Amino acid sequence: MAETMILIPGRSQSQGTSLNEGKLEDEYKKVTSTAELNENDMRRLKLKDGDKIKLKSEVGHTVVSCVAKKDEDLPSGMIFIPYGPPSSELMSSDTAGSGMPLSKHMEVTVTKVKA
Amino acid sequence: MPEAAQKKPEEKKNIKIVKDATCTFCGCVCDDMELTVDLDEHRITKAKRACVLGRAWFYEHTLDDRPVVLIDGKEATLEEGIEASAKILVDAKFPITYGLSDSPCEAQRVAVEIMDIINGNIDTTTSVCHGPSGMAFQGVGESTATLGEIKNRADLVIYWGGNPAESHPRHFTKYAVTPKGMYIPNGKKDRTVVLVDVRKTPSAPVADIFVKLKPGKDFEVLWALRALVKGKKINDNIEEETGVSRDLLDDLVTRMKNAQYGVLFFGMGLTMTRGRHFNSGALLSLAADLNEYTHFVAKPVRGHGNVTGADNVVSWQTGYPFGVNFNRGYPRFNPGEFTTTDLLSRGETDAAMMIASDPASNFPKKAIEHMKKIPIISLDAKDTVTSSIAKVRFAVATYGINTGGTVYRMDDVPISLRPAFDSHYPSDYEVLSGIRNRVKELLSGSKARTAA
Repeated sequence: MAETMILIPGRSQSQGTSLNEGKLEDEYKKVTSTAELNENDMRRLKLKDGDKIKLKSEVGHTVVSCVAKKDEDLPSGMIFIPYGPPSSELMSSDTAGSGMPLSKHMEVTVTKVKA
Repeated sequence: MPEAAQKKPEEKKNIKIVKDATCTFCGCVCDDMELTVDLDEHRITKAKRACVLGRAWFYEHTLDDRPVVLIDGKEATLEEGIEASAKILVDAKFPITYGLSDSPCEAQRVAVEIMDIINGNIDTTTSVCHGPSGMAFQGVGESTATLGEIKNRADLVIYWGGNPAESHPRHFTKYAVTPKGMYIPNGKKDRTVVLVDVRKTPSAPVADIFVKLKPGKDFEVLWALRALVKGKKINDNIEEETGVSRDLLDDLVTRMKNAQYGVLFFGMGLTMTRGRHFNSGALLSLAADLNEYTHFVAKPVRGHGNVTGADNVVSWQTGYPFGVNFNRGYPRFNPGEFTTTDLLSRGETDAAMMIASDPASNFPKKAIEHMKKIPIISLDAKDTVTSSIAKVRFAVATYGINTGGTVYRMDDVPISLRPAFDSHYPSDYEVLSGIRNRVKELLSGSKARTAA
């Protein structure tokens, strides 16, 4: 079952430290391939920490791992992921004449990837 | 115990202490670092006063044995790399350069000069950072201040759409929340801190008031605050629309009007979402409006170490802050037309020089696809996705650690760098200067480039 949610890519501390090790290193790839979901959304989608999910936007898709965040920290229907190549896969190139692609608040569908 | 065995291993090492060094990882550009440098190992072993990001920056930038230059993946000399790069740029019909936020101002200036000489296009990471805020500054102006002024005076500090605890950890402790200032003798006790965001980030515990709004509703909340500041009516459904209650908005307005000195720091929660420059413009307008009642300023919280320097250098060289085109022989500014995401996504450019940035990792898919079709020249201290697809890849020294120069803090204060140890890699200034000189030679005489 696919659900539509709002994806918010952003900076995180581990993304910041791992990019200093190198963007081609495993730690950076792991950090930027791990999405945070609301704990209740995870339960409803029958997901547990470490499960793979497919995120799909109007321009692309990517497969990342997921971890649960408390309901008071991350509202239902919202996904957070550290910036990186997976979030770029989902980004539209339309900048609406500003030079800035919509890099946050992307509408994506979320589907559990069967192991 | 023999004397040699009692000797600590550190005592044998060739150690150097660098005081008042500068961290160039983020826009805070903290210039109070004390670095312990192991000159034998060519690495920094201790970075006193650095935050978690700063420590990673200092500890992970060591010397390695990568070739200085790769052309088509094969090792080449610096001169061959400069020659190949100059030819790519001169032969291109629409060459561009992008990045520069992790280069010192001296290198940025040379990059602008090269694009000026070849009638190319220069853009920086600002266009996908606070570029929309740059547009808003032009539209509505900026009530501004230095971080030092804010430290000494601000008793109301509002962070909007940013998460400094993770992206700029010392923003709280060095500049705006906990430090004691001239008129803020008790530090945080004398300040009210407000955080506005769509999720409760790790910055939230610092805030006295956390305002959680619905995604994409920043403009609406800012405009409602502007109306309330001016005593105008707003719709009763504001909470339903934005997720923020009327009571909370009224409380914020009271606090803002009654502050002795207020500041609105804003992040990419405003610039990267629907509304972009309108969001930044609404916030800047709110700060300006509040000056009817008290002193209020607004500052963008900038990301990379010298992205603010890039804005300054490109502005003083061309008259515009980013997205500048020289095709007609004089600078033109038009975000959406001359910004790199757009140029690449539309497939307009036929050669690109990417300096201290990684667009192949961070740009939209369509832009990355075009990058793979054109010759890329890459200058970076670390290998990146962009350097891995480059036709000519330069490994350069790390600014602030291996090389000196000037960087601008996020509040437009210039700071000189104190490097820790030498590198066998050239600086980006040296590489760019070599490319500029060779471009000039190639363009002299019959190959002189004319404006499009």
